[in-house]
Amino acid sequence: MSGSENRSRRGPLLVLPAAAWLVVFFVLPLVLVLVISFVERGRAGGVRTPLVPTLAYYIRLFDPLYIGIFLKSVRIALLVTAVCVLTGYPLGVFIGRAPARLRSSLMMLVMIPFWTNFLVRTYAMKQLLAAEGGVNGLLLGIGLIREPLSLIFNEFSVVLGLVYGYLPFAVLPMYASIEKFDLSLMEAASDLGANLRRAFLRIMLPLTLPGVVAAVVLVFVPVVGAFITPDIMGGGKVEMIGTLINRQFGVARNWPFGSAMSLALMLMVVVGVIYYFRTADEGVRPL
Amino acid sequence: MRSSARAPSTGLALRLGKAGLAVNALGIFAFLYVPILILIVFSFNDTRTVARMTGLSLQWYEKLFVNRELLAAARNSLTIALTSTLVATVMGTLTALGMDRFRFRLRKTFDTVLYLPIVIPEIVMGISLLLFFNLAFFPVIKLISGASLSLGLWTILIGHIAFNIPFVYVIVRARLVGFDRTLEEAARDLGADEWRTFWRVTFPLLLPGILGGALMAFTLSLDDFLVTVFTAGTASPTMPLYIYSLVRRGVTPEINALSTVLLLASMGLIVLSLAAQRRE
Repeated sequence: MSGSENRSRRGPLLVLPAAAWLVVFFVLPLVLVLVISFVERGRAGGVRTPLVPTLAYYIRLFDPLYIGIFLKSVRIALLVTAVCVLTGYPLGVFIGRAPARLRSSLMMLVMIPFWTNFLVRTYAMKQLLAAEGGVNGLLLGIGLIREPLSLIFNEFSVVLGLVYGYLPFAVLPMYASIEKFDLSLMEAASDLGANLRRAFLRIMLPLTLPGVVAAVVLVFVPVVGAFITPDIMGGGKVEMIGTLINRQFGVARNWPFGSAMSLALMLMVVVGVIYYFRTADEGVRPL
Repeated sequence: MRSSARAPSTGLALRLGKAGLAVNALGIFAFLYVPILILIVFSFNDTRTVARMTGLSLQWYEKLFVNRELLAAARNSLTIALTSTLVATVMGTLTALGMDRFRFRLRKTFDTVLYLPIVIPEIVMGISLLLFFNLAFFPVIKLISGASLSLGLWTILIGHIAFNIPFVYVIVRARLVGFDRTLEEAARDLGADEWRTFWRVTFPLLLPGILGGALMAFTLSLDDFLVTVFTAGTASPTMPLYIYSLVRRGVTPEINALSTVLLLASMGLIVLSLAAQRRE
């Protein structure tokens, strides 16, 4: 019947506008990044015309300098993720155990930074740590120091800024899992003779693991490719993948090398996320 | 008995655990809010420092409202955020309906494409659009029509719509998962046509999801830096680009005042989002 034929065409019609938009302005650009990463650069940005194929930029990625920056970005991202999860999880438990009336207000306190402009929050940290900032002002004021300390533009300030920026992203999904978890299960385990640690590891953690997995992904992915925080809190002294890529499209004018780097970053993130979801799945399955 | 011998130590551990949770929570909230509170306090300082309070004044706020560059940036940001939200919300909602209710070829592939923009690093999306516009889109347009285009507000808008569609899609799709379709069947049985059923039954039930998605899109667009910076060219900046240029230069009470205003604006958005959730 023509009616059912009509119906079967409706699905594609509904998704067509978004599909067309994403194919042209998302998929094609990514394909272009792949192509550009294999051709020689132009003198003033762009690429050399006619196109000259080359593998030089991928070989250059293995230069110890760039390997070092990649490893450092991963190390920083792992550290930030660990801090966010290890402090965010207990916060989720605290809010989950709070009286129902208080819970929404406490979650609101987590949400406010989440909805606040990222640059504004990064600046809040910067104005505190800067040489002419709040912490130094306080320490100078009470006479504890005579010269301002250099608290900013080092790896510590970058890590601090990143934790500050991404902690709410870790708390939200973990809280969602913890809230659903029935805390009386812990009492049951304890009645059956399990100590707290055992009850947590064998019951609570496995049952709230989806939230932890989501938190890890939501923090690690943006942090490993972060640009704003290392740029502002690192002041050009802390190089991460994001600042390195940005430089290739700015002063260095090496678009193909920046493209190769972007693909390496993307590959790392996508493979990492898939691998992590796999292992997390296996972790849940035995239960 | 085993359990009674265990009880005192478990009780102590539990109490210690509870205290630890409270201390941790207090520490985190202090960590999150002390910088913001200090930021607000120094926006009222009467000299050009954010290290010591020297007196109270509103001069930094007065400066904001006569800063033409800032007002232009705010206008650009709002225009782009409103337009991209509108377009992405319509497209994302239609897509959620299409993906939820129909089976068709390439559906699985498209589902993956829809999640990719959420997963891939934002900087990659930014540079991919820069390459695309400069090396493919503009040359092709020039070849076809002879017009030379360049990066500007419209290319920012295109990028924002692209990253907003998936977020609206995910949120509306989640709302469709728990959707009771018997309500639609009831409406049809009572004689409503498809169009009427959609507007009278489906749409009102989906509305909280659609509003939630739109609010998410609006916030993401207002806050976006990385996609914007690579698609802006030499056009007049959006708010995040303008703040970035100020923040890189240093710390001044004027940035504190601007930040405070933006903080208040996002609080307004939170109130809106809570109101949207209440409707559920």
